[in-house]
Amino acid sequence: MKLIQSDAPHIRTKDSVRSIMLDVLLALAPAVAVATFFFGWYALFLCLFGAVVGELIEWFIVRVLRGQKDFSFDLSAAVTGLLLAMNLPPTAPWWLLLIGLLVALGVAKHAFGGIGQNIFNPALVGRVFLLISFPTLMTRWVSPVRGFTKSVWDAMTSATALGILKNSGFSAAIQRFSYTDLFFGNVGGCIGETSAFVLLLGFIYLLVRKRVNPVIPATYIGTVFAFASIMYLVNAEKFGTPLFHILSGGLFLGALFMATDMVTSPMTIKGQAVFGIGCGVVTMIIRLFAGYPEGVSLAILLMNALVPLIDRAFKPKIFGEVKV
Amino acid sequence: MKLLTFKGGTHPPEKKELAKDRAIVRMDPPQFVYVFLSNHAGAPAKPIVKEGDVVKTGQVIGEPGGFVSAYLHSPVTGVVRKIDKLYHPVQGRPMEVVVIERTDEDQWQLLEHSDWETLSREQLLEIVKKAGIVGLGGAMFPTHIKLNPPAGKTIDTFIVNGAECEPYLTVDHRLMLERAEDLVLGVKIVKKILNAKKAYIGVESNKMDAYEHLKKVCADSDVEVVLLKTKYPQGAEKQLIYAITQRKVPVGGLPMDVGVVVQNVQTVIAIKEAVVDRKPLIERALTITGEAINNPMNVVARVGTTIQQLVDFAGGMKEDAEKLIMGGPMTGIAVNRLDIPILKGTSGITVLAHEKEPIKKPCIRCTKCVVSCPMGLQPYLLYLLGNKKKYDQAVEEGLMACIECGVCAYVCPSKIDHVRVIKLTKRVYQALRGGKK
Repeated sequence: MKLIQSDAPHIRTKDSVRSIMLDVLLALAPAVAVATFFFGWYALFLCLFGAVVGELIEWFIVRVLRGQKDFSFDLSAAVTGLLLAMNLPPTAPWWLLLIGLLVALGVAKHAFGGIGQNIFNPALVGRVFLLISFPTLMTRWVSPVRGFTKSVWDAMTSATALGILKNSGFSAAIQRFSYTDLFFGNVGGCIGETSAFVLLLGFIYLLVRKRVNPVIPATYIGTVFAFASIMYLVNAEKFGTPLFHILSGGLFLGALFMATDMVTSPMTIKGQAVFGIGCGVVTMIIRLFAGYPEGVSLAILLMNALVPLIDRAFKPKIFGEVKV
Repeated sequence: MKLLTFKGGTHPPEKKELAKDRAIVRMDPPQFVYVFLSNHAGAPAKPIVKEGDVVKTGQVIGEPGGFVSAYLHSPVTGVVRKIDKLYHPVQGRPMEVVVIERTDEDQWQLLEHSDWETLSREQLLEIVKKAGIVGLGGAMFPTHIKLNPPAGKTIDTFIVNGAECEPYLTVDHRLMLERAEDLVLGVKIVKKILNAKKAYIGVESNKMDAYEHLKKVCADSDVEVVLLKTKYPQGAEKQLIYAITQRKVPVGGLPMDVGVVVQNVQTVIAIKEAVVDRKPLIERALTITGEAINNPMNVVARVGTTIQQLVDFAGGMKEDAEKLIMGGPMTGIAVNRLDIPILKGTSGITVLAHEKEPIKKPCIRCTKCVVSCPMGLQPYLLYLLGNKKKYDQAVEEGLMACIECGVCAYVCPSKIDHVRVIKLTKRVYQALRGGKK
């Protein structure tokens, strides 16, 4: 018997990076299922493709390109891959996703040094890259097909709720999509953003498992609601209702699963609140005043860049620190 | 009932069930004891015996070697065989040890003083000093210094630390159950020494039986027994004081700066034994526990008993034993040899079984260490700054406020050893600053 000498503490939590990532994947599973129902099997294929190929790309980068022998799958690339897939239109070709994955993992993640080192959310970098490079493919929206037997290729092309708001005003948008449709996902849009309800269910699972705290989603969605309320009072027809804004587009997917990315969000509660409010303000500025109907991705990426500053500005108070 | 607590912390598996129902047993003194001259914080004691001297149990064998130092007594009746060097687990290097062979049954040399109730505060303090009492929770700071705050500091509150928040350890729990009367008498003595108005005994909610029992024993005294939330590190001095009194010890300050003195359960009992029974500190109760020990137990053993003797007494180690810790798993010291003797501050021997090596990953900024730090620090940042040797910046970020409880490293999913690096950074910074003087 050989006793080993090591430093305290001698016990460690059972939590690991892998167990956290596995919980995120599980939390996203309901949204994937609902996306499959609304957009068909191809949506499921894209989600699985994103997760599996994401891990393979990471394996290739770490083992082959960087030559690290002790590589172990921590599922973080699967999360990035799945989130990227969920951020694509249900009609996106598989090779588009592949390009996005290469940018997300190769550039946004591993060029910065790999897990934990990246400044920007890799999935969002991948998405924005595709949005700029392939604008037509990235905005080929379809109406939900509803049911597992139908194909998305037969579906009607259709603008998203936010697209209609931007081009035709609020009455046209709310005529097409009721609040119930928006909440449960009976609307066109990205694969993962369709149902606010199931995204919320998944997030509650993460809350229960103590993987995340609700500060960023609450401040983000709250800010969008507050901002939209003010604009609603200014011009209801042009800017829409606050409820419409929080249920439409990628806000729930972004606020619950992208802005909360541990690596690219602030370390303290106060910092997270500032981050969430910033995301909300930028999202609404883009939605209402810029050329794009949706602003979640850009808002989060912009706030990602500010995280080092936020971390420096909002430190926790040291216990017993005397104010001089 | 509202449980008193502090902000931050974590709740590791308690593992108290291994030994909490085992009544404290007394182990016969071994044939040889190895008594470190450094059996306390501060300067080592100066030996006043030499090879061949015959000593009685309780006879002084070492005198304080400085202001922060303590008396040392022979734990057995026998002959001093030699003064040797042996690896000291706390200092991490060989230190002087007095080796005494036991030749006889205990012939006691007790402390000399009259009935304690007639003694003054100063006389009581002198007894505590002469008895060689140090903090038995593990810090081993000489108790007579702690009980004698400098002029200008008034102490109004005395707190007995019965939290025992370290996983596995159960000896304070047992003492509160089995020796509550001695504990309360000890509190009375300490209150007199400190001239404190108020005394509390803080007990974690995972020791309800001890809490209820102490409540009964304290019913007609002015000692208040309070229930603390079971959370690590509830027993850390600053966190305990905050939980009970809502007072915050300033960074860089001491409990006495907010009018409080804290003592561990067993220290208070030792004070009672010295003052009332005239016994110097030559033995202590400790827990021998862990998944890889055959017969977990709570035991009273003489200071200087080796780990080997204690492990044998507890039925030996299991095949899969991998790590032996002096103390508990959160802050204890792992040793890889069994010929080391226990110190006055050794609260337990924890033997852990082999576990799969956890996979280390870079920090994913999950915020667990920041949220859990009981001192409101950012361990991930201190770790980064320490590794980059940015000492001044680390100090600005609160490096010196770290109480080295190990919560950050415990909660980390990436298995980063923050506390090791933070401890090292502190030492290096202190050494550099000391060198400039």
